[in-house]
Order: sequence, then C-alpha cells, then structure tokens
Amino acid sequence: MRNLQVFSSATLAALLLLGFGLSATTLGRPAGPQEDSNDKYRIAIDNFSFTPASLTVAAGTTVTWVNRDDVPHTVVSTEKKFKSPVLDTTEQFSYKFTDPGTYEYYCSIHPKMTGKVIVQ
Amino acid sequence: MAKYIFHDHGGDGIDRRGFLKCMAWAGTGAFCLLQGGVLKSFSLSRLPRNLAALKGELSFVQISDSHIGFNKPANPDVTATLQEAVAKVNALPAPPAFVLHTGDLTHLSKAAEFDTLEQVLKGLNTQQVFYVPGEHDVLNDNGEQYRQRFGKETVGEGWHSFDQKGVHFIGLVNVVNLKAGGLGSLGQEQLEWLEKDAKRLKPSTPIVVFAHIPLWAVYPEWGWGTDDSAQALSYLKRFGSVTVLNGHIHQTMQKVEGNITFHTAMSTAFPQPQPGTAPSPGPLKVPAEKLRSVLGVTDINFIRGQHTLAITDSSLQD
Repeated sequence: MRNLQVFSSATLAALLLLGFGLSATTLGRPAGPQEDSNDKYRIAIDNFSFTPASLTVAAGTTVTWVNRDDVPHTVVSTEKKFKSPVLDTTEQFSYKFTDPGTYEYYCSIHPKMTGKVIVQ
Repeated sequence: MAKYIFHDHGGDGIDRRGFLKCMAWAGTGAFCLLQGGVLKSFSLSRLPRNLAALKGELSFVQISDSHIGFNKPANPDVTATLQEAVAKVNALPAPPAFVLHTGDLTHLSKAAEFDTLEQVLKGLNTQQVFYVPGEHDVLNDNGEQYRQRFGKETVGEGWHSFDQKGVHFIGLVNVVNLKAGGLGSLGQEQLEWLEKDAKRLKPSTPIVVFAHIPLWAVYPEWGWGTDDSAQALSYLKRFGSVTVLNGHIHQTMQKVEGNITFHTAMSTAFPQPQPGTAPSPGPLKVPAEKLRSVLGVTDINFIRGQHTLAITDSSLQD
C-alpha cells in the first residue's frame, strides 16, 4: 500500500514536470507583447508572500501583481516610487518600470511581506 | 487545580507545558485567573463552583476582529457571528460597564462595512464601546475615516486613555506607518504620549492596555508582534498590575511576564492557525459545525484588594 502511494506521488511529480516543460515551451515561442506581460512578468501574492520574491526584467517592462490570498494586500515601493490601491482577492496591480535599478517593495498591511524587481 | 511551572527557560513565568495547556482550550473557552502572581487555569467545563464570588467591582468585555465585509469560505456571514457575539455579551449575568473592540472592525475599511459594524454593536446592552483600529480599518486613508467615526475623543493616530472605577485604560494604535520588513509599530509620538500619560499615575493604579497587534512577540515570522513594544512596556514596569489585551491573531493566548499579563482574544469572524502550523496566517477553514467553537468574546473582571484579575474566554458555542 505504502509502495503504491510512493509510486503515485512519483507519477504525479513526473506529470507536473512534464506540464511545466510544456508551458515553458509555449512561453519560448514568439508571442505578442500582451501575452508576455500576462505570463512572464506576473508576481503572485499567495500565502502572505510575493512569488517570485525577486524578479529581473528589462527596462520598459510592465509587471503585474495578482492577489490570490483570502485577505487584502498592497504593493508599495519602499522608496515611494509606486503604490497600489488595496488589492482584494483576485485583484491586480500593474506598474511599468522605465529606469534601470533595484526596486524594493512591501505590503503596507503585512510589512513582513517584501519583494524586489531588478530592472536592467 | 493550580498548575506549576516546571521549566521557565524564558524567565517569563510561563513554561511550554502551561502554555500548551492554555492553548488547548483556545476556542473551547478558558478561564485564567491570576492570584498572588500565580497563574491558575481551568477549563470551562471544570470551573470553580464559587465563580460568582469572583465577580469584581468592574467587569467589561473585549471583542475583536469582526472583519465586516469578509465573505470567503472560512465564514461567509461575519455579520451573523458578530450578532451572536453581541447576544452572548447581552446574556452575561451582569451587564458589562463597557465593551472594548480591539480592531479590524471591517475587512476593507469601506464605509458600508463601518455602517454595519456600528448598527450591530448598537444592540449591545452596555453604555459605551471603546475602539482601537486594526490594519484592516486604516486601508487607503491611514485611518482618517475610522477616526472620524470611532475615534472622536482620541489623539494622534487614534490613541487615547480613560479611567473607570480607579482602573486606567490605555488604547494604543500599532497598525499605521508600518515599515517594510517590520512588525506592528507604535511610533515615537505615541511613545512620548504614553510616557506622559503613565507618569502622572500612582504605582498602585491597575492598568489595562489594549491594542490590535500583540504587544509581545507571539510569532514575529508571521508579523505577530510590535517592534517598539518593549519601550512602551518599560513605562509600565513600576505599576503593580498591568493587563495587555490584544486581537489580530484570532485565537486566545496568554503569557505572564513580571507584573504584566498578556492576553489575546478570539475573533468574531474567523479563526487563524496556531503559530507555524500552516504555510501562512491566512483565514483557517474549519467545518461549518465547528466554526462557532473557535469564535468568541472575552469577559474581564477586576477584584480590588485581592490582586486578582479574571479573564474568561467563551466561544459562541459555549
């Protein structure tokens, strides 16, 4: 019974890996700018954290944060460069990074939540 | 039955065994009694028979974290459970002198949410409700709307103090101007005000401090603490009896440190996980039939001359 469970977990993991592989391939294909901003430059707010916590983008990129938690969060630049309104569940906020630099931000409601965007 | 401290590693008057024992009753109702500096605890099912004799000369109630506007699966009807909390308070043997709401009145600081909260609390059988804001009440406007409606008599960002039957009450605000990477924060201006406020009092004055985020490090990894609380508490060290009442963590916890007893209240809206037992402190989903056992109110009694403070947590189901 135990062996069977291990086997199914391994299968599941393999399927998941395959799934990620496929989506990576999809992303690798030439795509319109619209699709890029939806997928590559999206930061998820989930379980009281920003994922990825550090994102590197080229200057001129628009980054979008999406709140997937059951509680509201905000995205606020530590150096007051940008500030989202309060994002309730499923709400999102976008900001276009025009100048190179490191932009640290946090959630002003739960300040333990921090992240950064590195613009090259 | 008195509980003794076996391992007091933190030197704070509570050991892991005692802490877990108190925690085991979270949600089912606990009765903790401080007598001559020794914490005695009873489960609500085994209360001492002379409980009525413990009634003090001042009794008041704490409610917390109503989150009006929250509508997710953890509790799709937070207005109904707040109404049940009000009914619970109104059913007490003697009406409380007043009620303290320790913040997160609303979920999203919306005017309609404040309206509902105000309407429901009008049903309380008590003279007055005193408030401090939670971080959910100061979204977007740094608490302007909150202060206009619930903090008219307050100073600064909404802090205030008042006296009732010889007990000095201090409401503190630790949810505004929070710094990146930090915890709750009182700020220099409020600390100066607190120092002045406490200075004029006799050391024998019983003190009750209430604030939203715990004023002790419950679990800093989840932001459950206040960065500059140690300084605030240093102004209160010379007093014989200090009680700190907090909300924010949606579960009961108690700790005794010298002359200070810390206590957190249940939410009237939804429970949160015990520290470190979940990936995040987000709302804890429990089966619908269990929800009311993890929501509740706190009843506090002072008995002058006996150095006794009784804090009773009761769930909506008790």
